[in-house]
Amino acid sequence: MAIDLLISAIKAIVVVLMVLNLSGLLLWFERKGSALIQDRIGANRAAIFGVGRRLGLPNVGLMNTLLADPIKLFTKEDFVPNGADRFLHSLAPFLALFPVLITFAVVPIGDVLEIGTRRINLEAANPGVSALYVMATLGIGVYGVALGGWASNNRWALLGGIRATAQMISYELTIGLAIIATVVAYGTLNLQQMCHLQGGVWFGWLPRWGILIQPVSFILLLTAGMAESKRVPFDLPEGESELIAGYFTEYSGGKQAVFMMTDFAEIVLVSVLVTTFFFGGWQVPWLYPNGFHFPGGAHLGLPNIVVAILGIIAFWLKTVFFCWIQILIRWTLPRFRYDQLMRLGWKGLVPLGLANLVVTAFVVVAVGAK
Amino acid sequence: MPLWLFIFLAVIAICGAFGVILQRNPVHCLLALALTLIDVGVLFVGLGAETLGFLQIIIYVGAIMVLFLFVIWLLNLQIEPAPNAHLALKFFGSIGAAALAAELSVFFFNAQPVSGVATIPGTYGSVESLARMLFSDYLVAFEVTSILLLAAVAGAIALARRMTGAALTRTPVEGEGVVRARESGS
Repeated sequence: MAIDLLISAIKAIVVVLMVLNLSGLLLWFERKGSALIQDRIGANRAAIFGVGRRLGLPNVGLMNTLLADPIKLFTKEDFVPNGADRFLHSLAPFLALFPVLITFAVVPIGDVLEIGTRRINLEAANPGVSALYVMATLGIGVYGVALGGWASNNRWALLGGIRATAQMISYELTIGLAIIATVVAYGTLNLQQMCHLQGGVWFGWLPRWGILIQPVSFILLLTAGMAESKRVPFDLPEGESELIAGYFTEYSGGKQAVFMMTDFAEIVLVSVLVTTFFFGGWQVPWLYPNGFHFPGGAHLGLPNIVVAILGIIAFWLKTVFFCWIQILIRWTLPRFRYDQLMRLGWKGLVPLGLANLVVTAFVVVAVGAK
Repeated sequence: MPLWLFIFLAVIAICGAFGVILQRNPVHCLLALALTLIDVGVLFVGLGAETLGFLQIIIYVGAIMVLFLFVIWLLNLQIEPAPNAHLALKFFGSIGAAALAAELSVFFFNAQPVSGVATIPGTYGSVESLARMLFSDYLVAFEVTSILLLAAVAGAIALARRMTGAALTRTPVEGEGVVRARESGS
C-alpha cells in the first residue's frame, strides 16, 4: 500500500517536472530559434563569470533564459494595481497553470515497466474515461486568464480577458469535436487503451497510428490547440499593439512568469495530446513488448526494461517534435484579425469537426464497431 | 472513497454553497459556485460515477459558468447593496426559509439508517449505461430536451439580431462607463 502510494507520487512528480523542464527549454528554444529564423543573434550575453567563454564553449544563451531571467523575474516588485481585487489578482496565474499541469496526470508516457514482480503502469493516474478528464481540465483552464483580466482593474486587461475567454471557449468546442471523433474511431475513452490500439502494423510495414484513420481530427486538434495556447497567430488576447499585453498587462515578476509558463505548458500539452491521439503515444514503430519485429521478418528480442525506456524516449521525442512545429508556426504566420479568428473557429473548424464526426460515426457503424 | 475524503469534499462543497449566497461581489459568488460544482463533480468521480463527474465539470464549470461570467461582465453588475429591507419580502422570505428547513429536517429524521455498504453494479456510471439510458430508455425526453435547446438557440439569435440596430442608437445610461464592479472603500 505504502509503496504503491510512493510509486504514484514519484510518477506524478516526474511527469510534472518533465513538463516544467520542457516548458523552460521551450522558452530558450523560442528565443534562440526565432533569432535563427529571423537572422538575428539572439540571447548570447549572460555567462557566470565568463567560465564558458574561458573554456571555449559557444554562448548559446541558456544562462539568459534559464538562470538570469527567472532570477530577474522573481526578484522584481510584485505589483498589484490600485483598486484591483487583491485575492483574485494573486490567484489568477495559478488558476491558469494548475489545470494545464493536472491534465498530464492521465497521459500515458509509456506502457508497463516490470521491476521484479511489480508491474508499473507508466501514467500518473488512470481514470477509465481519461479523454473526458482531459476535456474537463481544458474547460477549467479559462478561469485563470478570465479572472486575471478582470481582477487587474484595467480596461486593457479586461478586454484581453474577455477576448481570451471568448477565444478559448470557441476553440474548445473544436477540440472536443476532434477528441470525440477520435474516441468514436477507437471505441474507447481511455488514453492508455488508445495507445495500445495504435500498436501493430498495416500491410506488414505501416504503423497503425491514429493519424491514418483520423487525419482531419489531427488538423483540428493541432489548430484549435494552438488557439488555446493564445500565441501568434492566435494571440488576440495579448495583442501588444492594441492591448499592451492583454490579460496580464498588470502582472509583474513571478506572477507574470507563471502566466508565461502556462503558455509554454499549454504548448507541451497540445503536443502531448496530438502525440497520444494520433501518433501512437509511446509506440515505437515495429516495437512489440518482446522486441523489434522488422518488416523484413528480422527479429530483435529486447528485455522489458529496454522496451519501456524506448517507449518513454519515443513519447518525449514525438512531443518535442510537435513543440518545435508549434514554435515554427508561431514565428512564421502573421496574426489573425479578430473577425477572422471567430470566423475560422465557428464557420470553419466547428462545421468541419461536426462533418468529420458524422462521417466517422457512419464508417464505424458500417465497418462494425471494434 | 474513504470517509475522511468524502467529509473533506462535502465540507468544501457546503462552504462553496455558503460563499455563493454570502458574498456581495457577483464574480466572487460565481467562483464559489464553480468551486461547489467542481467539488460535486469530484464527489461523483469518487463515488464511482466517473463519466457523470467529468461531464458535470465539462458542462457546468467549463461552459455554463463561463457564460455566467460573460453575462456579469457585459451587464456590468455592481456590488449588491445591503439586502432590501422591504417588510413583505422579509416576511415571505422567512416563511419560505422556515418551510424549507422544516421539510429538510423531516426528511433527515425520517431517513432510513445506513444498514451496510451497497454493492454497485459493474456498469454503474459507465459511458455505456449512461448512453443506454439517454438513447433508448429515455429517448423521447432526451429528444424533446434537444428541441427545447434548439428553440432557445434560435430565440437567442433572433433577439441578438434585432438588438443590434437598437443598441447602436440608444443613449448611454448613467454609470455605464464603469466596466468593472468596484468595491467601495478598497
